[in-house]
Amino acid sequence: MSNIPADLKYVASHEWIRVESDGTVTVGITDFAQDQLGDVVFVELPEVGTDVEVEQDIAVVESVKAASDIYAPLTGKIIAVNEALADAPETVNEDPYGEAWFFKMELANSEDLNTLLDADAYAALCE
Amino acid sequence: MGKHTALYAKHLEANGKIVDFGGWDMPIHYGSQIVEHNAVREHAGMFDVSHMTIVDVRGPDAKAFLQKLLANDVDKLAEVGKALYSGMLNHDGGVIDDLIVYRMEGWYRTVVNCSTREKDLEWMDKQSRGFDISLTERPELAMVAVQGPRAIKIVQGIKTEAADLIGRLKIFQGLPHSDWFFARTGYTGEDGLEIMIPENEVAGFWQALTDAGVKPAGLGARDTLRLEAGMNLYGNDMDETISPLQAGMGWTIAWQPSDRDFIGREALEQQKAAGVTHIQAGLVFESRGVMRSHQKVIVDGVGEGEVTSGTFSPSLQYSIAMARVPAGTGDTCQVEMRGKLVDVRVVKLPFVRNGKKQFA
Repeated sequence: MSNIPADLKYVASHEWIRVESDGTVTVGITDFAQDQLGDVVFVELPEVGTDVEVEQDIAVVESVKAASDIYAPLTGKIIAVNEALADAPETVNEDPYGEAWFFKMELANSEDLNTLLDADAYAALCE
Repeated sequence: MGKHTALYAKHLEANGKIVDFGGWDMPIHYGSQIVEHNAVREHAGMFDVSHMTIVDVRGPDAKAFLQKLLANDVDKLAEVGKALYSGMLNHDGGVIDDLIVYRMEGWYRTVVNCSTREKDLEWMDKQSRGFDISLTERPELAMVAVQGPRAIKIVQGIKTEAADLIGRLKIFQGLPHSDWFFARTGYTGEDGLEIMIPENEVAGFWQALTDAGVKPAGLGARDTLRLEAGMNLYGNDMDETISPLQAGMGWTIAWQPSDRDFIGREALEQQKAAGVTHIQAGLVFESRGVMRSHQKVIVDGVGEGEVTSGTFSPSLQYSIAMARVPAGTGDTCQVEMRGKLVDVRVVKLPFVRNGKKQFA
């Protein structure tokens, strides 16, 4: 059974979203996603400062098995990326909700948060 | 639910992630395929390969039949136990399957792929008409591959009664010991054994190997290991539409004696006379990104080809691939990876043998 923390939000393309106290969001891929991918060997991240549209493919994660696109879960601007993943891609497998966050975003419209799935809804998708 | 090998419960016990593989429920990994891969390169790992199909060929015409059926020549098997790798071709020279054949005491044992079992058996049966032979599948035998620099020593420590026999095995030789069969063969590029075992004894042996520190390894590690070793995977690197001459299998075709009329010979001779348009090559990409099967290969001014198997190499820490490239390809080519053309190096296979990088 994969781990789906109740305090996070999700999208169907298997990214998790944590809403920070300042209204920005932190994004990564779920435990289910890393388990499906298997050993992650490369992570390609977007540039800081890039404006992104919801559902736009903005990052790539490659495992031994397959390459997978990572989508922007919301519209906004990339304000930080996790450079450490370049040297330690295996953290995506080891700690998908902690050390292995992918990027942080400033949202264009905070009301977009209502479009995200809660843990129960996401869990139903992973069945 | 798929078919289960006699080790299925052992795979679950070891947290194997089970996937469908040719109708069998098999472990793809037990946590991390990279860890399993490294265990085989550095120490010892074990694979359940019981899903593979063992077919024994017996009868007065067994040798003549195999000389007709296979592109390689069983006449090369000078002593009992010696093994031979061969393609089994159709009349157009396409590869129906690749297999290993062992010379036994007056008969032969073949091991063919599981995904091709039905068509292989049908083809073998059809071609056997006019030969006085019998074909017998051996589903009651499980098969375990123990591979890695420590593999043979560890098996000798567990199967002490067979330790002498195992110690005498030459590379690519297999011999029986009571109901067991030990072969010094494999699909990893490391030394090791492939062992056929009565089904009811295999779980105990697997447990003994576990206790001796041998790591269970799944289909994922099996694929990265064989790819590093430059060994073909049926269905990826060759199939019925691909000539062995385009799949790096030229060395498995025994052209001499010239009057041995094996199936596919005429087609291969015509291909050779016309000139082979594509050959197999190794590709390496030492930057970020992974080559994958079916990606297009472009050689400027020469032509196009295709990646047949690509992966991230855990031993080398970058992407490697086997590809069909135009004859006349030089030291570099381009691969279309995820919409972008990238420059990659063309190298001679294999990439890794006995834990060491092989190409310059």
